[in-house]
Formats: sequence, C-alpha cells, structure tokens
Amino acid sequence: MTTDLLESPDAAARGPANRKRETDALLYLDDLRVTFDGYKALRGLSLTLARGELRAIIGPNGAGKTTMMDCITGKTRPDSGIALFDGTHDLLRSDEPAIADLGIGRKFQKPTVFESHTVADNILLALKGPRAAFASLFGWRNRVEAARIDALLETVGLLAHRGRPAADLSHGQKQWLEIGMLLAQDPKLLLVDEPVAGMTDAETAETARLLRRIAGEHAVLVVEHDMHFVRDLGCRVTCLHEGAVLAEGSIDAVSADPRVVEVYLGR
Amino acid sequence: MPSRPPLIDLKGWIFLAVLAAFCGAVPVLNLAVPEGSGLHLPTYLVSLFGKYLAYALLAVSLDLVWGYCGILSLGHGAFFALGGYAMGMYLMRQIGSRGVYGNPVLPDFMVFLNYKALPWYWLGFDHFAFAALMVLLVPGLLAFVFGWLAFRSRVTGVYLSIITQALTYALMLAFFRNDMGLGGNNGLTDFKDLLGFSVQSQNFRVGIFVATGVALASGYLIARVMTVSAYGKILIAVRDAESRTRFLGYRPEHFKTLAFTVSAMMAGVAGALYVPQVGIINPGEFAPTNSIETVIWVAVGGRGTLVGAALGAVLVNYAKTVLTGAMPDAWLFALGALFVVVTLFLPRGLVGTAIERLGSRRAAAKLPPEPEIAPERVEQGQGA
Amino acid sequence: MLRLLTLLVLLLAAPALAQAPDPYGQLAGDGYAEIEAGVSGLAASGDPRADAILSALSDGRLLVRPADRTLLIRQGGTLVDARTGAAAADSPDLKPVRANNRVRRAIEAARGQLDLASPDPGKRRIAADAVFKARDAAALPALDAALARETSAPVRQALTEARAAVLLARPGTAETDRIAAIPAIQARGDGDAMGILRGLAADPSEAVRNAAARGIAAIETRLAILGALQNVWYGISLGSVLLLAAIGLAITFGVMGVINMAHGEMVMLGAYTTYGVQELIRTQAPSLFGWSLAISIPCAFLVAGLVGVLIERFIIRFLYGRPLETLLATFGVSLALQQGVRSIFGPTNREVGAPAFMSGAFDFYGLSITWGRMWIIAFALAVFLGLLFVLRKTSFGLKTRAVTQNRRMAAAMGIRTPYVDALTFGLGSGIAGIAGVALSQIDNVSPNLGQGYIIDSFLVVVFGGVGNLWGTLVAALTLGVVNKLAEPYVGAVLAKIGLLVFIILFIQKRPRGLFALKGRAVES
Repeated sequence: MTTDLLESPDAAARGPANRKRETDALLYLDDLRVTFDGYKALRGLSLTLARGELRAIIGPNGAGKTTMMDCITGKTRPDSGIALFDGTHDLLRSDEPAIADLGIGRKFQKPTVFESHTVADNILLALKGPRAAFASLFGWRNRVEAARIDALLETVGLLAHRGRPAADLSHGQKQWLEIGMLLAQDPKLLLVDEPVAGMTDAETAETARLLRRIAGEHAVLVVEHDMHFVRDLGCRVTCLHEGAVLAEGSIDAVSADPRVVEVYLGR
Repeated sequence: MPSRPPLIDLKGWIFLAVLAAFCGAVPVLNLAVPEGSGLHLPTYLVSLFGKYLAYALLAVSLDLVWGYCGILSLGHGAFFALGGYAMGMYLMRQIGSRGVYGNPVLPDFMVFLNYKALPWYWLGFDHFAFAALMVLLVPGLLAFVFGWLAFRSRVTGVYLSIITQALTYALMLAFFRNDMGLGGNNGLTDFKDLLGFSVQSQNFRVGIFVATGVALASGYLIARVMTVSAYGKILIAVRDAESRTRFLGYRPEHFKTLAFTVSAMMAGVAGALYVPQVGIINPGEFAPTNSIETVIWVAVGGRGTLVGAALGAVLVNYAKTVLTGAMPDAWLFALGALFVVVTLFLPRGLVGTAIERLGSRRAAAKLPPEPEIAPERVEQGQGA
Repeated sequence: MLRLLTLLVLLLAAPALAQAPDPYGQLAGDGYAEIEAGVSGLAASGDPRADAILSALSDGRLLVRPADRTLLIRQGGTLVDARTGAAAADSPDLKPVRANNRVRRAIEAARGQLDLASPDPGKRRIAADAVFKARDAAALPALDAALARETSAPVRQALTEARAAVLLARPGTAETDRIAAIPAIQARGDGDAMGILRGLAADPSEAVRNAAARGIAAIETRLAILGALQNVWYGISLGSVLLLAAIGLAITFGVMGVINMAHGEMVMLGAYTTYGVQELIRTQAPSLFGWSLAISIPCAFLVAGLVGVLIERFIIRFLYGRPLETLLATFGVSLALQQGVRSIFGPTNREVGAPAFMSGAFDFYGLSITWGRMWIIAFALAVFLGLLFVLRKTSFGLKTRAVTQNRRMAAAMGIRTPYVDALTFGLGSGIAGIAGVALSQIDNVSPNLGQGYIIDSFLVVVFGGVGNLWGTLVAALTLGVVNKLAEPYVGAVLAKIGLLVFIILFIQKRPRGLFALKGRAVES
C-alpha cells in the first residue's frame, strides 16, 4: 500500500524528504495498522493535517474512516504506527479523556448526545474548562453564564430548544447539537463523522458554511459520503480505500482519479 | 446561569417536612404522652421506626449510585454491615467488665474462643470519635479501592453487579469465621451503652431515632447537592453514554468512584445507626439477598428520585413487618411479586410515576411546556 | 490325583521343608508347644488339607487316636483321616486335640499364611497384606515358599513387602538384611510403610537409620504428590459440579445475555423433580429404583425447561435490552419459587436415594475414587458435549446463534425470534434442571439448594468469557482445582474467599473473561 502511495501524484509531496515539515503539522499519522480478528481495518494509513486546515475524507464502506478516527481519539489502539498531535503528543499512548484534553473533539457517525439532559445542559457539559470531578461539584461549571451557552446555541440554531431534553430532538437537530458541543469544547482539531446524514439540503449547505467558518481557527477533519457537501467545503480531499490513502488533492483532482472512480465514485 | 435546579425542590420540601414532623411527633408520643393513653407510642415501635429510617438512608445511598450513575450495586449491604460492625465494636468495648465472663479487656466471645489479647484492629474502638471515623472510613475506603479498580477497568452493567455481589458474599464468608475476631457466626451483641446512655433506655431509643432522622435528612441533602450540581449532570451523562463523556475529556472512573465512595460512607452511617436500635450485628447482614432487597426498595419508590428511595424503604419494610407477622409464608411470595410487578409495570417507581402523571396532566391542560418538570426525567430534566 | 498334587506342592516347597519334622506327628503330640509347632509347620507346608485340619482344630473337631497317633476329623456324624481324607471308623478312645490361647493365635496366623498358597491371586495378595500388617516372624518360611513359586507380579510385590516387614520387625535380623529390606517397604509408599520406617529410628545401626530416613523422605514426597493428585481429583470433581451449575447459565447469560437470578432455582427444581420421581418409583414400581436417576433426567429437563419458558414468556421478553431490570425481576421469581417449594415440600432437607452404581469407591494407583463423583464428572462432560452439539450442529442451534447475534436480521430471514428466545431460555433452564438431578446426589435437597450455586455459576461464566462454552468448561475446572488445591493450606472458607477476590480482581484485568471475543462489534 505504501509503495502504491508513493506512486500517486499527491503522495510524492508527502515523501520522506518532507518529514521535517510534517512534524509541524497539527496531526501526523504514519503507517497506522489495525487488525480485528484477522481483518485488516487499517493497512499502513498515513496522513497529515496542518493547523487550521479543513480536510474531507471520503471512501467506500470499510475503507477505515471510522477506525482512523477511533485511533486518533484513543478508542482503538493500533498494532503499529505513529500518531502525533501538535508535533509532540503521542496519541497512541494516551486514553480518550487525555486526548480530548489535548484538544481533539469528535462528533460521532450516529449522533451521540446526552438524551436525558436538556439541550443547554449538553452544551454546558461540553464547555472547555477543568474536567475534574471535584471541580464540577462546586466549581465554575455551576456558575456558567446563560449568555455563553445561548451564543453557542444560536450558532447551531437550537436556541429555541434550549430547555428541551435532547432525546426529543430530531435526527438533524441532534447532529447540530453535537456540532454545538464540539464548538463548546473549542478543540484544536474537530473530527466530524458524517455530519449531514439526515439533514435537508438547506441544512447541509448551512453545515458546510459553518464548518468552513470554523476552519482556520480550528483544524477540521470531515468524513462524509455526500459529494455535493464535500464540494461545498471546498477543501483538500483524501480518499481512503482498504485501510490506506488512495488519493489526495483537490476535489476535482481526486474525483478525476481513475482509481477513486473505480473503487468509490463509480463509472 | 442556565440550568441550576433548586437544591430542595417541591418533593424535597414535602419529604423534609414529613420527616421533620415524624421526628418531632414520635418523641412526643413516646415520652410526653402517658403510657395508659391511646396515643402513647410504645418504645419498641420507636426503635422499629428508627430501623426504617436507617434503611431509608441506605436506600438513598444506593439511589445515588444506581439512579444517577447506573451502578447497580448488589453489595451495598456490605457497606451497611461494615458501618454496623464499626459501631458494634465500639459498643462491645463499652461493655467493659460487665460481660458474662467479667473479663475487663476481652469481650465475651473472645474469652470463649480463648483469645489471649485484643486483636490490633480492635484498638481505638473504645473511643466513640474513633469508631465514628471508622464508620465512615472503612466502607469508604473499601468502596474507593473496589470502585477505582472496577471503574478504571470499565467494568460496568451486570458485570459490576455480579462482582459487587461476589464482594459482599466473600465478606459474609469471612465474617462467619471465628478467626476474624469479630464474633463469627453470632456477631456482636449484648450491648450495654453508647456515650454513657444505656442502649435499652427509653430516652436513648428516642434519641437515636431522632439522630437517624437527622442523618437521613443530611444524607438526602448531600445526595441532592451532588446531583443538582454540574457533577450530577456529568454523572447522569456517564450513566447514559459513558464513552461519550470520555470523548468530551471527562474521566468517568473519577466521577463514579467519588459517587460510589460517598454512597458507601452513607450506607456505613446507616448501618452504624441501625445496630444500636436492633441490638445486634452479625454476618447475616452481608448476605447478598439483603443487598438485593435494598435494590427493590429503591425500585419501588422510584430510582433517581432520592425521595422515592426513602419512601420505598419505609413502605416495603412496613409491609414486611405486617406480613411476616400475619402470614409468614406469604412474605417471600409478596416480595417476589413486588420485584416482578415493579420492574414490569412500574419501572419509574411510585414517586417517578406520580411525577410523570402530574406532568402529563399539566400537558393535557395545555399548559405551555415547562422544561423544569419534563415528566419522564425528573431530576435531570429540572435544569433549564 | 489329589495326592499327586499334594506331592507336587510338597516337592516344590521342599527347600523350606527339608529339615522340618512331620507336622501331623506334632499335632498329635502331647504338649501345647508341640501342637503349636505342628500348626505352624502345617501352615508352612502348603498342605492342601491344612485349612480343613486347622479349622477342625480350632472348632475342637480334630481328634487323635492314641493307638497309632493318627489324626481324624469329625465331619458331622462321620470321621475322616486327616492326612488322607479317607473314611475312618469311630472308636471310643479318640481324644480331641486341645488348644490354648497360644495355639489359637498360632491357628489364626497359620490360616492367614495358608492363603498365601491359595490358587486365587486375590486371596494370596490379601494374605500377604495380612502378614505385612501382623509382621509375624513365624510366617517367614511360608513367605519364602510363596515367593519362590509366585508368578503374579503384584502378589510378588506384596509378598516382598510382607517379607521385608517381617524381617524388620523380627529381632536379630542381620544389619545387611535390614538395610536390604528397607527399599521394599519404601516402594510400598503408604502410611503403614511410613510407620514401619519411623519405627527404625531407634535402630542400633546407623546405616539402617540412614536408609530408613531416606525411605521416609521418599515416601513423604510420594504421599505429598499423591495428596496433590487426590486434591486435583477433588478439584475436578468440584469443577464438574460448578460446570453443571454454570452450563445452563452459559446459555441464558452467555448466549442470550439474560441475567437469570432464578437459575439456581431451576437447579433446585431439578433436584426436587428427582425426589418426586424417586418417591413415585418407591411407591409404584420399586424394582425400577436403579433407573430412578435416568428417569429423572428427562423429567427434570422438562419441568425446569417448562418453568423457564414460562418465565421467558411472561417476564423476560418484556425486559430484553434492560439487563439490570431482568436481574431484579428474575430475583423476584427466585424468591417466589423458593417459597413455593418450601410451602409444598417443607423447609427441611428431602432424602434423595443413591442407586447402587453411584455408591462405593475404588482405588486407582493410591487415589481413592468414589463412583458417585466419577459419574457426576462423566455426566457433566456428557451434558457439556451434548449442549455443544445442539448449539453447533443442529438447526435450532444455528437459529439461536443467529438470533443472539443479530435479532433483526434473523427475523428478516424468517426465523421466528420469539419462539427461538423462549426455546433457548427453556434449554438453558432445562439444563439447569438436569444439573439438579446430579446435585441431588451430593448436596442437601432443600429450597435453598440453588442459592448456593448462583454466585459461583455467574463467576464461572464471567471468568470463562461470556458467550464461550469452552471458556465455561475451562473456568469451572480451573476454579474447582485451584479451590481444592488451596484448601489444605488455608482452609475451605479462606480458599473460597481467596477465589472470589481473585475473580473480582481478574475481572478488573480482563473484563470479558479468559476467552473474550475480540473485534469492533464487541466494543459497541
């Protein structure tokens, strides 16, 4: 797979000669390998993401998109490989809370919000700040200004629902709430898994706008199947296939790549 | 501030008011009303009620971890019993040389078992303050170590329930051994006095009853402080989606361990208050069945409501007192049926269901939706 | 013919008899000492008539004719010649051969030795063992004679041991002979052998004392190994009981994920079914008693299985996906079942009989093995393999696995999932019932029978890895053996506590048991 990589036009730019520059990257993944009971989910995946970069990840089912996110967030431990964050932090030696604390936020494929809590409380719990148990008993999180939460809810268009239990939200609204929680976390890197599933076209366009706006200040890694949405993002695109990078580049370059057409887009 | 529910909500006020009235009335009816009067409350009933209140505190402690954190502990009876033993050891030391064998140092059972000297872990128990500290520390430490190990390894759900049950079972076997130096099979009994008051005296009985009531109210308030804070919200988040909280940067094991430890200490206090009122503590208190019975008190009252747990404990135990007196054979049938009926038809328990009904009536009256009383999410829904 | 045989035996035993006086003559003699010598001589001679003569002597039926000092035996109303067996005429001057206590003791020892010449190797071995225990120096010639002609190896060994024991016990054995005798005793390696060697501690010869000490050390090692093996056996036996109790749970909990706290009560129902079946057989068809357990097995399976299906249909199916609620509801069922059985059969233990094949024990290279335990182990393995077969090879097993792995997909494939749920739960419960049949043989049949097994069963299943039947087998046997190996050192209760603590800690380390399934699917 890695030799395959070097042959692809974009991969040449990421060759060993450029490694020095890569360590400046916010996220640096090299040769990640994951095996589940003999099934190779990742076969030498390598990827770098610059600070503030917006990147879309596409690829067929089973390409390893979610597994990659699991590795970055500490849910899955790879068999081998390197994953560095901010140039120095070894993600493979940290667990989920530590990684979240470094500044990596994640939105799941299936929206996962705290259903018993109100919309506002979901945001409250996500707000950046000390996470210790004692701090939460009497600390600042008990004295958060309503305005701060409302501002975030405004951004994701859920202000009117602030008092409703999250369980009552529609699928699309839960997606928005989870994005709102990501914003509240104020991470350096946002991992966003299929954010527009279950959204209307208007909402999808709005999401793309939101993510574009976030990028720059935060790095964003978006996994999505919706090619219109990916095009709306207007960013570099990485196509994964069978656990490794197949192609990388602009949306036009990638969608013109015959191998991407072969395995993913269809002829 | 976006979502801070009051420390004491409506049901909390009702609960505290009823408890206060009860704790006020019982001493009057027992001490002030003359014995001949129809209103007089016999002392044995005072102790019985005191026992109910101790159970209610145990139930509140269990509700804190089960209702808010999803930890179904089938070993809470162990913490209760450990607190009870700590108190029992103090009471044994108070007997002094008034035992059957008249040994000034060793309790009767040790004389009987040919102990030469007091085992080291009995040292200090002649001081009430030390014993009181142990009532908190021993269950708390056990819960802390056990919880920390279990929660750190992400042992959850039924696995956790099974190992908590194994824990109390192992402790029961251990306490049955005479070598434990804690009275073996017979446990600790024949208590004489506590802080200088004879445990048999009417005044003491009333006093400890009131103390138990105060402890219950304090336990309720501590649990309330914990659950209405951001901490409590995170606890509920952990209960509903533990792995999600990790990705937000929380360490669920810290939150759970804290709740579990506080809960165990509360259970220990309940046990310590229980022992002087029943006059004995023995290894039977560790029996896994006792712990499961505690769970049903909480389920009957409504888990995640605190007030419901206390109510359930009192109701079920009152029913037990009445039924075992009238029809001893019927009690286990009734208890068994209670387990089935509550889980199948009353999953929110009495208090939970009542709040739900009230909520839906309000909705039917086309009142504007009020998130404060979001029907199916009693505690947590009160925010916003 | 008989005479020929006698001659042959005499010839074979000739070396020992070379200078021996005629025992017949001595028996007919006057003094007790002479009679006693005759008894010993007769015994050592290997004479096939010796037994009859000695029993006649001890019963006072051995007579002597003073005229020619011929010995005669009175058998009922007739007389026979003791030497030839030919009929003899009665005469009034016959006198019985008298016996005092010394003579009687000699008779006892002699009759023991006589068996050394028995044609039955089993009898010879018993006789050799008797000599080993008695250590009577008088038996030495008979032992030597027996050793010379013995062909069976085990009997030879027994004889060698007996001879060594006699030599060591006899005063005046040469030092070299004593030292030479020690290895034979050491080879025997049991408590008796140890006793003999310990007795040599006061031996005047240092060489003998040293040899004895070495022998004692060797025996101690052997006994320790044997003890450990015996404990392993007990452990396997306990493990098979745990396996029986847990195996039904491996289905309901391991495969279906249902926490059935009434599982122990299914076991209890199986035990009571056995009791019921036996009562019926006792009153209706006592001749079938030997078959009562075999008949109970299907009955217990049906009773417990049916109760299981009822529990599933009326309670558990409403609680799928809510394991903690299932736990509580089934605990309620367990309370009610216990009380129900207590109300019907009373709180006391019920007597369940053991058929003949379950009782007794046999010796296996020094291990004592009871038939009952043996059968229970075999039964547990049979149930385990049967269950494995059902789940792996039958259409029902396929459906069960399909439903538990992906309920909606299975339903889409046309499998009637509620039906499969009920039957699977019934199967698990039925197997618990079968376990009850076996446990009725080793435990008290009381309403609390099941309670004693429920925690252990859960721990076995969790320890082995949920959803893995082989894991359950390994876990049950491991826990059983470890428990029994620890018991001699720390006592039964502490061993049990230690095991519980171990499992609690183990689950922290490997929350999914010994043989956990891996993969992404497991995570969610």
